[in-house]
Amino acid sequence: MEPYLFYTLAVILVTFAILTVTASNPVRSALYLISALISMAGLFFLMEAEFVGAVQILVYVGGIMVLFLFVIMLVSVREVTSQAKTVRQWKTGAVLGVVLAALLCIFAVKGTQVFEKALAKPGVIEELQTRNTESVGILLYSTYLLPFEIASILLLVAIIGAVVLAKREI
Amino acid sequence: MVGASHYLILSTVVFSIGVIGVLTRRNVIIIFMSIELMLNAVNLNLVAFSDHLQDLSGQVFAVFVITVAAAEAAVGLGIVICLFRNKETVNVDEIDLMRG
Repeated sequence: MEPYLFYTLAVILVTFAILTVTASNPVRSALYLISALISMAGLFFLMEAEFVGAVQILVYVGGIMVLFLFVIMLVSVREVTSQAKTVRQWKTGAVLGVVLAALLCIFAVKGTQVFEKALAKPGVIEELQTRNTESVGILLYSTYLLPFEIASILLLVAIIGAVVLAKREI
Repeated sequence: MVGASHYLILSTVVFSIGVIGVLTRRNVIIIFMSIELMLNAVNLNLVAFSDHLQDLSGQVFAVFVITVAAAEAAVGLGIVICLFRNKETVNVDEIDLMRG
């Protein structure tokens, strides 16, 4: 069952990712990205990372992408779509991207051959995995308390920065 | 059996699609969306390793990446609105205020 789900979600994810990058209308691009993010959340659920999957849907799809759609609406789609779609050197960019993908794939395959034998220790925290959200929460408030607080300060700075940037006169 | 390498290759492919989007598109909003795609590919990587090593730290880091992505989107879109108000464009080829 798991392989079928994985391959289905992977095909959906890659298809919508390609559509996001190639769509000429930014609104369509945003909707394709939302679909890609939801299938990514499905992959997280498949890996038993329920908390990250739920946060993905709530924060990305429910928050960030709505923000994107608002901004696309504000900067008038007509003006955006009337222009040329890609930069002049798009062929070079695409070739470089494909080369990067090939290199990273080679590294991923070579690397996993090493670590799959060495580091796999399944079933150590199986009991913890059944209560995923609780375990992540405990980890977040104990070991990673300082990064958690720094993240909250980062969000505060981002709120102030966004307000200052978008305001006409301060 | 789906191993960690499957997830790594999938995240590699998605990351590279994001890179191609950043390199080839002109619309600054679509470039932002490509960056979001790349950040998500990194999240997939982190969660795959978390699943493989049976260590939840990877998932905590994925949550932090989502936090930083939210902050980046807020500030970045603020800059886009500011830029559009002053230059009436979202085309990266026409944004050359810093050119010497």
